[in-house]
Amino acid sequence: MTDAAPLLEVEDLRVEFGKGADTASVLNGVSYRVEAGETLAVLGESGSGKSVTAQTIMGILDTPPGRITGGAVRFKGEELLGADRERRRLLRGESMAMIFQDALSALNPVYTVGAQIAEQFRFRRGMSKKDAMVRAAELLDQVKIPNAKQRVKEYPHQFSGGMRQRAMIAMSLALDPELLIADEPTTALDVTVQAQIMELLDELRRERDMGMILITHDLGVVAEVADRIAVMYAGRIVEEADAATLYAHPAHPYTRGLMASVPRLDSSRGQLDPIPGLPPSLTNIPPGCPFHPRCAHADFRGRAPQSSVSGDRCRTELPLLRVLEDPAAGPEGHRAACHFAEQFVAASPEEVLTP
Amino acid sequence: MGRYTLRRLLQLVPVFLGTTLIIYYLVWGLSDDPFAGKCGQRECPAPYVATMTARLNLDDPVIVQWLKYLGGLLTGDFGRTFSGNEVSDLIANAAPVSFRLALVAVVVEIVIGITAGLVSGLRGRGYVDSLILVSTLFLISLPVFVTGLVVKQVLGVELGWIRTSVPPDPTILDLFVPGLVLGSLSMAFVARLTRTSLMENSRADFVRTAVAKGLSRRRVVLAHMLRTSLIPVVTFIGTDLGALMGGAVVTEGVFNIRGLGGLVFTGIQRQEQTQVVGVVALLVIIYLVVNLIVDLLYAVLDPRIRYD
Amino acid sequence: MTDTLRQEPSLAGHDEGAVVSPEAESGLWSDAWKQLRRRPLFIISGVVIIVLLVMALFPSLFTSVDPTFQVLDRSGEAPNASSWFGRDLFGRDVYARAIYGAGPSLAVGLLASLGTVVVGSLAGLTMGYFRGLTDSVLSRIGEIFAGIPFVLGGIVILTSLNKPGEIVGSTRLIVQVVLTIVLLSWPLAMRIMRAAALASSQQDYVKAARALGAGPLRIMFRHMLPNCLAPVLVYGTIQLGVFIGAEATLSYLGIGLKDPVVSWGVMISEVQARIIQMPHALFFPAAFLVVTVLAFVMMGDALRDALDPRGR
Repeated sequence: MTDAAPLLEVEDLRVEFGKGADTASVLNGVSYRVEAGETLAVLGESGSGKSVTAQTIMGILDTPPGRITGGAVRFKGEELLGADRERRRLLRGESMAMIFQDALSALNPVYTVGAQIAEQFRFRRGMSKKDAMVRAAELLDQVKIPNAKQRVKEYPHQFSGGMRQRAMIAMSLALDPELLIADEPTTALDVTVQAQIMELLDELRRERDMGMILITHDLGVVAEVADRIAVMYAGRIVEEADAATLYAHPAHPYTRGLMASVPRLDSSRGQLDPIPGLPPSLTNIPPGCPFHPRCAHADFRGRAPQSSVSGDRCRTELPLLRVLEDPAAGPEGHRAACHFAEQFVAASPEEVLTP
Repeated sequence: MGRYTLRRLLQLVPVFLGTTLIIYYLVWGLSDDPFAGKCGQRECPAPYVATMTARLNLDDPVIVQWLKYLGGLLTGDFGRTFSGNEVSDLIANAAPVSFRLALVAVVVEIVIGITAGLVSGLRGRGYVDSLILVSTLFLISLPVFVTGLVVKQVLGVELGWIRTSVPPDPTILDLFVPGLVLGSLSMAFVARLTRTSLMENSRADFVRTAVAKGLSRRRVVLAHMLRTSLIPVVTFIGTDLGALMGGAVVTEGVFNIRGLGGLVFTGIQRQEQTQVVGVVALLVIIYLVVNLIVDLLYAVLDPRIRYD
Repeated sequence: MTDTLRQEPSLAGHDEGAVVSPEAESGLWSDAWKQLRRRPLFIISGVVIIVLLVMALFPSLFTSVDPTFQVLDRSGEAPNASSWFGRDLFGRDVYARAIYGAGPSLAVGLLASLGTVVVGSLAGLTMGYFRGLTDSVLSRIGEIFAGIPFVLGGIVILTSLNKPGEIVGSTRLIVQVVLTIVLLSWPLAMRIMRAAALASSQQDYVKAARALGAGPLRIMFRHMLPNCLAPVLVYGTIQLGVFIGAEATLSYLGIGLKDPVVSWGVMISEVQARIIQMPHALFFPAAFLVVTVLAFVMMGDALRDALDPRGR
């Protein structure tokens, strides 16, 4: 498997929005890869570029206002960014499919759920309307919607939130894609339903040996299902490792911040530590490390034991994503974009959190 | 669906009653002496006054007169004019002309309006879009009688392409230019509405889903964008029919078409109250029925409405 | 930047934007103003409207000719050096009449638009606040008036108010025309206000005001109205133009304003039988009319674009 081209490879992807002084650099060199049967979780706050990356991979980014200014997206070795529109259209649904956050607005209100699933069978497989509806019912059954035969005839607004997301999943699986991109699939749902949907997605991925990109800002969602995790900040990957490694010793202060802001039942400390400040404006990304204005470690003077850490480098020099020496990391290694990543890797998650 | 239809139907009843009462009151209740000027310079002869008073129930309070009139309407009796004509006969003669005119206008509105909106909305910003935006804005600002007078002057008098006066029993072709004039305002609205609706929907999440499903551009546009975008357009065309009928009165005047508008006018000039009330009541009924149909159509087009 | 906001709806933070607070509203207006200042459509229509207003208030600035002065032997004269727009059937100066026509035309448009917006807004606000029975009853009443086709309703009302041949003073005529337009048009303004009021009455700040014990009037006017004003204002501006056209239509039909009142509609009505002999007497008032209506419709369009954040 390692010899062959990976299922999906994103390399140094750059996307801008707007023009002139208002240009927002939404993606500033994003790279990641997904293998068949693997789940990559892409983690980050709103505006970090998670969804834009996904839309660029799918080829559904609105251009304009969006503009791809560089990089590559390769599906099984085939370069997609330069490919012609028809080729890309045929890949959609067939090779890669996407699930959106808000299934209510992502489903067309004026067609029955069944008709929307059947659409792909009819127009991509040339099936008759009747056969397509039968297949749609089968799919609804596969995503564990009870009474599938009746429910195919219902409209999206007649479904509950969880059922709608199941229908959305069924739709994405219609043409047996090899890669499934789930963009915040559980954000709009109740906590109990969230777990069911994640379980379903994980099960389907295993059955079908699909690659899956799971976009979320919720660490709790990721823990259960992700093989590897990529953390994004201001249009860049700032840390990437297999799930266990990342949880055990996160190497980027931002990752640590995210973890500290999640309530944990087993935490000895009763309080949460939200990351201070707001994500940077993408029209005006801070120089140096984009995270430095919010980073508790960017300026240590007189406060922390690691006096060797100086704040100036964080303000002036952009840290690149590099492989860390982390013996505990899996075969994919542990990468982070922080000048002082080594110091954090060595420490336990809680240790450096409170400078 | 059945309950929805029934509810809408029931809601029509008070509207119909209220509208006809207002019209009836304005026409009959406000005139002190309905016989003034009816018999030339002289007073009307007593027996004539007596017959007409009895036939029109003029001795009753206006509200009772109106109820009796409604009773007549239910049996298809629109009453008789002072000069002895059956109002239903007058309407039967004039209505087909007006309907043909309205038909031409609505077809123009739908075909040209939606096409222009489509072109403008799908092409996005550019030369064609600006042209359509400016020309529709211009059409919206032109009162129908101005468009009519100018068209008649230019096409009829100066170029001689059309007859300035439409023949008594006009064909659809005779009514083409008047219909175009009548429909021009609504056509502009339809074009703009289609464009806005299309542009809004082209950014909708469900359209992105349709693209992500790998459907062809054609399928995305026709089945997902257009289908949803036309819902407000259909509603507009229905509610706009009232304005269209009003405009028809003006257009008929400009092009000398003998339709329902003419009936209202001659009715007012000759003080034939029955004639005025009859035609207006008919137009109100048509308006309400068309609105009901549009409402039901709306429910068919947008399933979200059906179950509230 | 706005485009990025659309891509990533919560770029600025998580739960903002769901509730538009009254404070955000003042931002809406100042944002709209910033937008408008750069729009050529707004500037052009604004200039035209200012010129028209000056013309309506001080017609003598534009002409020294009496618009009612008749020179019968110059009837129907084509445009020439002494009378730029020519003369009408009674030998009156078309240019002077077109200038003086601005006053009554604008007065009717302005008053009718104001009346429609006030009546419609009050009704819509009440419906949005009280809902239920009040809403249904007012809805039905609105439908009754909306069910009467405008021109037909205008004909019936105006001919019932004045007996044929009756001489009516100009102020009374203007008031009658304005009231007729308001009576037949308020339901539209009501619908727009009602929709906005229904949405705003569900917002948290209204619920909060209610929980704090604010009375209905205070909630309606202090909390709901400022947030519902934008769409009605846009409607009012566009309708101002449309109503000027409506006045002209009614006058054209001979049931609106009449001589000696000068309005563009009156001028067109007077010439309609003789267009072939004197097209200029149709063209100039019609041009004034169209430019005026266009200016208000364009202004309304620009306002809507600026006030509706979805369109940006």
